Amino acid sequence: MSAISAAEKVDGFTRKSMRKAQKQRKSQGSSQYRTQTAPVELSPLPQLKDAPSTEQQELFTQKLQQCCMLFDFLDSVTDLKSKEIKRATLNELVEYVSTNRGVLVETTYPEITDMICTNIFRTLPPSDNPDFDPEEDEPTLEASWPHIQLVYEFLLRFLENPDFQPSIAKRFIDQKFVLQLLELFDSEDPRERDFLKTILHRIYGKFLGLRAFIRKQINNIFLRFIYETEHFNGVAELLEILGSIINGFALPLKAEHKQFLMKVLIPLHTAKALSLFHAQAYCVVQFLEKDPTLTEPVIRGLLKFWPKTCSQKEVMFLGEIEEILDVIEPTQFKKIQEPLFKQISRCVANPHFQVAERALYFWNNEYILSLIEENIDKVLPIMFGSLYRISKEHWNPTIVALVYNVLKTLMEMNCTLFDELTSSYKADRQREKKKEQERDELWKKLEELRLSNSGLVQNNSHKLLSVRNNNNNNNNNSSSSNNDNDNQDKSVDAAAIAADDKDPDVKDPEFSVEASESDTCAK
Amino acid sequence: MAGADGDDSLYPIAVLIDELRNEDVQLRLNSIKKLSTIALALGVERTRTELLPFLTDTIYDEDEVLLALAEQLGNFTMLVGGPEYVHCLLPPLESLATVEETVVRDKAVESLRKISQEHSPVDLEVHFEPLVKRLASGDWFTSRTSACGLFSVCYPRVSSTVKAEIRQHFRTLCSDDTPMVRRAAASKLGEFAKVLELDYVKSDIISLFTALASDEQDSVRLLAVEACVSIATLLPQEDLETLVMPTLRQAAEDKSWRVRYMVADKFSELQKAVGPEITKNDLVPAFQNLLKDCEAEVRAAAANKVKEFCENLPEDSREQIIMTHILPCVKELVSDTNQHVKSALASVIMGLSTILGKDNTIEHLLPLFLAQLKDECPEVRLNIISNLDCVNEVIGIRQLSQSLLPAIVELAEDAKWRVRLAIIEYMPLLAGQLGVEFFDEKLNTLCMAWLIDHVYAIREAATCNLMKLVEKFGAEWAQNTIVPKVLGMANDPNYLHRMTTLFCINALSEACGQDITTKQMLPVVLKMSNDQVANVRFNVAKSLQKIGPVLDSNALQSEVKPVLEKLATDTDMDVKYFAQEAISVLALA
Repeated sequence: MSAISAAEKVDGFTRKSMRKAQKQRKSQGSSQYRTQTAPVELSPLPQLKDAPSTEQQELFTQKLQQCCMLFDFLDSVTDLKSKEIKRATLNELVEYVSTNRGVLVETTYPEITDMICTNIFRTLPPSDNPDFDPEEDEPTLEASWPHIQLVYEFLLRFLENPDFQPSIAKRFIDQKFVLQLLELFDSEDPRERDFLKTILHRIYGKFLGLRAFIRKQINNIFLRFIYETEHFNGVAELLEILGSIINGFALPLKAEHKQFLMKVLIPLHTAKALSLFHAQAYCVVQFLEKDPTLTEPVIRGLLKFWPKTCSQKEVMFLGEIEEILDVIEPTQFKKIQEPLFKQISRCVANPHFQVAERALYFWNNEYILSLIEENIDKVLPIMFGSLYRISKEHWNPTIVALVYNVLKTLMEMNCTLFDELTSSYKADRQREKKKEQERDELWKKLEELRLSNSGLVQNNSHKLLSVRNNNNNNNNNSSSSNNDNDNQDKSVDAAAIAADDKDPDVKDPEFSVEASESDTCAK
Repeated sequence: MAGADGDDSLYPIAVLIDELRNEDVQLRLNSIKKLSTIALALGVERTRTELLPFLTDTIYDEDEVLLALAEQLGNFTMLVGGPEYVHCLLPPLESLATVEETVVRDKAVESLRKISQEHSPVDLEVHFEPLVKRLASGDWFTSRTSACGLFSVCYPRVSSTVKAEIRQHFRTLCSDDTPMVRRAAASKLGEFAKVLELDYVKSDIISLFTALASDEQDSVRLLAVEACVSIATLLPQEDLETLVMPTLRQAAEDKSWRVRYMVADKFSELQKAVGPEITKNDLVPAFQNLLKDCEAEVRAAAANKVKEFCENLPEDSREQIIMTHILPCVKELVSDTNQHVKSALASVIMGLSTILGKDNTIEHLLPLFLAQLKDECPEVRLNIISNLDCVNEVIGIRQLSQSLLPAIVELAEDAKWRVRLAIIEYMPLLAGQLGVEFFDEKLNTLCMAWLIDHVYAIREAATCNLMKLVEKFGAEWAQNTIVPKVLGMANDPNYLHRMTTLFCINALSEACGQDITTKQMLPVVLKMSNDQVANVRFNVAKSLQKIGPVLDSNALQSEVKPVLEKLATDTDMDVKYFAQEAISVLALA
């Protein structure tokens, strides 16, 4: 105990990286629950290639049965001989089904699937690390991989064998089989998930009758991931499979596929671990390439789930938006430009420089620039405020430089509008400020009202008429941004007022800049 | 008051409705949270005819806003005119019960359950039950999931034809083809069973229970285990064997560890629900298996239940069952490979001693306690030490003391300060049970060593510990053993240790009494007012303020006052501040 250094005693929490480094790469056994009694020792069978062709079939079956024996790989010293025999046999089986023709006769199908099911279908063990962070932590690897890998290899060869007949196999590779296969996608071992991905893809390709079922079960897995557990290791792999499935969808898209897009794929963006499978988000763009009319609901969906507190995810969202804009049709762009650019304008003004930077990079994209130029009269008024403010206020010089460039580009697109906006900027801000104050006062009044109102509920009913009138007047005053048109005359008033009595509390950046400039002039 | 004037009061209301549409989510959220104010001002009629339809239309909002709305509507009954009109709230809540986001949906269901109680039986059938039916046959899984939570609240108060329909709907949802809905149904199965007539429990619920318990997805099967407890409680003893036990046995041996974990986790409840006879015949072997399970997760859950399970065994055969069936498994768990299993066991194992009595404890349990006290994992040792009181009652702690000591010493020096902190907290308890002699001999040095720990939290806890010890052993003991050592630290070269002296004095003065404080502690404190470190000096001021009430007025005036006055003119502003504060609190000015 005296060996413990003082430093260690002071800080019980050693840094995470240090703890991680100490940890060994762990492997884990599958949760096989008394599926069989203790393994019987295996004895080697003769090689398939040495057997006379009449006996090969029989020997093949025997070997398949032999491979149904399971071993405990956590215990690295027991059954060494038998484990080696099984490994060699599996290797031989893989070889046998991939190189020979005519070996897949109908009677072997049940034996083959039985061997596969016995080996790979198992309950995944509890995670060693309850708060496993796939980005940071080393995955726990499957201990029995030396055998399981070969079984997966065998399954793949079996499916890819030219003699393979789905019409026979569908009795064994059925919905239950697929369901168990899908559950294995939760494996922490990336090697296993990679095999599963290829295998499921083959099954999807060969068994037409299972396609709808597979899609539906993947949906269920995603929905459970989004709304129930937030935990599933194989999301990226499943999305990759879907990516290639979507490619093959016929037009017009079925309602089922649209529902998948809107109710599963878009909500998937809410996941905390989005970064792990965001690369697979090309699924969304694929949908839009198929059917551009989906652009508006998709972008509105993304805006609905726009991250509020996670800058890292916000950068990913911006990346995805850019991908969508890359393929957007001009008519679709017009439909979503307002809400979209309101969001982009918030991103540009984000104090996190990576978010701001990512948003400003949109202006490096020729196609997006052309869309903006076409709609400059709509886009510029939305963007102007943030850009102008940020050009004075942002702490990061790179951002400020980028903003200047963007402002310049926008100015070149429509000089007149730009000048108008510049001159009304101060007034607009004053008006906003005033609106804010009005709102504050309303809340204060409301609070008083609540306190005094409990006894007055009945009184209100006979004043309905005056209420209605009042209501109309107030709508004008409150100038909610929805009815900007109604308010145009009002806003002129507001500007006039603002010019008259400048609120000394408003720290207007431009004003102060001017002041300092005039100072330097004086000198 | 603004509210008294009708016109004026409506000004903000109109704007508020406008605010409900505001572009800024935060502002919309604020308005929704004040929804009851709006409704109050609008009056019940306009709330029903204008506000609610408006809200029903805004359902396509951000989930955060919807959540607030779902919650508000649950408390809206009086605002729409009382129970007579409560059904007006159903349309918006129905929409909310179908949204994707789980928290919103759950809150909507919660509100619906709440207002269902305010419906008259007639309204329940005319308005509420059709809503449940619509949800139960919705296209998207969300509405069907929500429906599962509503059956049990309306079933008891509707006519028998409607009851039959409700049972039918529930049955359909239990075999829904999306696992999400089956999970929702399985989780409400127990609750629904409770409101059903016994005959229907036997005819309907049992078959649903059996089906869900053998669902293809383990996430559904494990929920059936929970339902099992409620169902078993409802059935008469003679039916349990045929209706429930086959399923329960199957669950305890399920191939998925999650299901077995659930059985282990609910074991005490299951045991109570099935009664003593079945426990003896079935649950004892099942429990043994769970304690020997291949997954550590399951073993840990079962280990946690050892004490409770043994306590609830039928008295006539309790000792025999524990000794022949449970104890052998427990013995193995003591040397389990997984530390969570061992620490789960360590947190309950001491409880067995009261059940087994003195002789068995000494013969069978004591070796296990001792083994766990030497465990490599500090948590295991701590769990044993923290439960010492149970053993103390049965065999007295002396039996353990020789093994306790090394364990305590080791924990006291553990590298993790949280472990050290935990053992300090048990010191007063240990001291009480081991007695003053043993303490002086073995533990006193430890307690003093903590005072100079590197971590402040440990020093602080050590100070507090001393106070509790003095309360236990008395002022005289303090004067002889603790006070000299504490005061000795006043000359330590490390200012942190000198401050510890002051903190100890703060804690001890009251327990030690006026005499010791005035004669022994005060001179040291006063001397420290000349310390070169300002932190020490202002702590002197604080200490004087703290011990002042214990001193007599003579000492205060003649000794404390001059020192504080001097400190009040110190060059350091913090020292000045605290000296002045002490002067004013002690009224020495």
